Amino acid sequence: MTAVATTPRFKANVHEALTDVRLQGAMTFARNFAGRRAAAAERLPEFEALRDSARAIKDHTLAHLDLYLEAYERKVVESGGHVHFAEDAEAARKIVVGLCKGLGAKSVTKGKSMISEEIGLNAAIEAAGIEAVETDLGEYIIQLRHETPSHIIAPAIHVTARDVEQDFRKAHRELPPERDLSRPEQLLGEARGVLRAKFLAADAGITGANFLIAETGASVIVTNEGNGDLTQILPRAHIVIASIEKIVPTLEDAAQLLRVLARSATGQDASVYTTFSTGPRRAGDPDGPSEYHVVLLDNGRSAMLGGEFEDMLRCIRCGACMNHCPVYQAVGGHAYGWVYPGPMGAVLTPSLIGVAEGGQLPNASTFCGRCEEVCPVRIPLPKMMRHWREREFARGLSPAPQRFGLGAWAFFAARPALYRFATGLAARALHLAGRRKGRFASAPLAGGWTRYRDLAAPQGATFQSRWRAKNGAVK
Amino acid sequence: MTMNAVEGAGPRPRRVGLFVTCLVDIMRPTVGFAAVKLLEDAGCTVVVPAQTCCGQPAYNSGDRATAARLARQAITAFEDCDHVVVPSGSCGGMLIRHYPELFAGEPEMAAKAERFASKTHELVSFLTDVLGVERVTVRFDGTVAYHDSCSSLRELGVKAQPRRLLASVEGLSLVELDEAETCCGFGGLFAAKYGELSNAIVSRKADDIRKAAAGTVLAGDLGCLLNIAGKLQRAGSAVEARHVAEVLAGMADGPAIGEPQKGAGR
Repeated sequence: MTAVATTPRFKANVHEALTDVRLQGAMTFARNFAGRRAAAAERLPEFEALRDSARAIKDHTLAHLDLYLEAYERKVVESGGHVHFAEDAEAARKIVVGLCKGLGAKSVTKGKSMISEEIGLNAAIEAAGIEAVETDLGEYIIQLRHETPSHIIAPAIHVTARDVEQDFRKAHRELPPERDLSRPEQLLGEARGVLRAKFLAADAGITGANFLIAETGASVIVTNEGNGDLTQILPRAHIVIASIEKIVPTLEDAAQLLRVLARSATGQDASVYTTFSTGPRRAGDPDGPSEYHVVLLDNGRSAMLGGEFEDMLRCIRCGACMNHCPVYQAVGGHAYGWVYPGPMGAVLTPSLIGVAEGGQLPNASTFCGRCEEVCPVRIPLPKMMRHWREREFARGLSPAPQRFGLGAWAFFAARPALYRFATGLAARALHLAGRRKGRFASAPLAGGWTRYRDLAAPQGATFQSRWRAKNGAVK
Repeated sequence: MTMNAVEGAGPRPRRVGLFVTCLVDIMRPTVGFAAVKLLEDAGCTVVVPAQTCCGQPAYNSGDRATAARLARQAITAFEDCDHVVVPSGSCGGMLIRHYPELFAGEPEMAAKAERFASKTHELVSFLTDVLGVERVTVRFDGTVAYHDSCSSLRELGVKAQPRRLLASVEGLSLVELDEAETCCGFGGLFAAKYGELSNAIVSRKADDIRKAAAGTVLAGDLGCLLNIAGKLQRAGSAVEARHVAEVLAGMADGPAIGEPQKGAGR
């Protein structure tokens, strides 16, 4: 286990999120991503073809993942680096903490990494008496706030500039209290100044990876702040932590995927920095780490290969699905209760922590399908959420009232004559009860509906009974 | 003077089975009769085989066996129809996209489901894309906004078709919502199971509709419409909600969704 999941309390989390005025204000910003993605896709005539190609690259890689992992490992070793395979979160934490201890590290800097969040790495590093400093601005902010990311590419999207000002005043006590932090660029400047010292003092730098290239042994990160570069170049050691499905066969494949990644994520044609790192510093290199390690995490992923959730391993973590999700837009990422929010999280979370813990998430979807519509690697997210519901149903985990209600409905629906009789009766009764106003403000057994909206009354006799009265039973 | 509301239809009579959907059957038969009128005006022979539910609530709740049982029942009931037409994108998506997925291990039934899917159409797109209907000759005075139901839009590609026909309605002016393609938060059982969340989503939809300053909101799915109408009414809005077929068939003179009959027992 890793970060503690509050996913079973999803409904309570939703209530908290919807009544949090500050959060609701901050979330309006998240909606801007959708328009930017649409504009970026519009600007590139071959965007849809690129999505097909991106899907094909990932499918091919997943079908031969063992081969490409071995090829990647060989290349990393050839370039002077080390590869460590971690079966689960605990193994990964041990490896990374062991490496840091081996370096005698007092302080490590970190580029943004969702794998780090998944395995709860910061707590483990700090438990070993080593300072861990997040260097992505959003990650730095939530680290100060002792929070987790609420979005996979914009971790502090739930935080307002005013919150950040307060956090900085509390954390940066060495700076003059009368300083002006009213503008975002002042906040940025202050973070930059504070982090510069941390970059220079770090003994190791830990980054994630957007892609690992089997052909060259390189890891690729994209950032908009350049913090990843300073994290991986300045310290004595660079430790890459990535999950196994980040592998792609060739440099060309990575380049193709990069073309859909930023466009789908932020609507940029490309992220500001795209950085390749291959092994430690070579003789003659002006800079770079003297040690290079890659920790490859499985944590349940290999079990997804060959099964009905394999498509999920195509995910390149762009965040487009959550940016376009009406549920995510309403409640933000923390309500999902674990590391990965939004539609991708609703599919991945039960895979990684089990359907008993994570089963709420794939249920909490209207199946509007917008996530699948924008996914750069065309993951059929609603279909996979439905697969989780099927597993829940098969294991008897779905809530009893739902099972009972559906069972009763199915009983009538499978008996057309009885169905016509029962619905005819119900429609007429409800019509009579509701005809004065045409609708109900409350109704028995419909509290989930009428607590928030009126319920229209039926028009009277059903369509089928009126039709039969007019045309006879045959037609 | 012609009684036909629809022009431009082909000459050959087609036997069209109306899959009326449970919501229309029980809640709003007017939509069913509007569909019949549109189809008959376009030269079709309409039949209504005995029917119940398409099985979508079971399918989306993870109960595949029940969904498959109801699918089998529907496929059999409409066996002798040239086409099956459904005034709902959501039920249409179930019949067209999901029925074939239900019979993966049964080749014979899977083939039947495929044939059924290929002859099944959402109502408005059937009129325009299959029958070639280009315009309707009806009148509706007012400003309307059209909400794209998620299934119509994303599972069946219905977007331009209703707008094209609405543009031919005399007296009607169509305004676009800022977020016409954003879900209304209905999602079938989702609306009841996650009421608070559903409410947050439909509240945004209602705001968007009010902002558009339309007198009427239309859609092709009664589920979305019950949700949207219920929210607008709870919020005290005067915007009315109707199924698009009611307007296209010239049958929008009765009470809108959730509105009382004029002079109903007071």
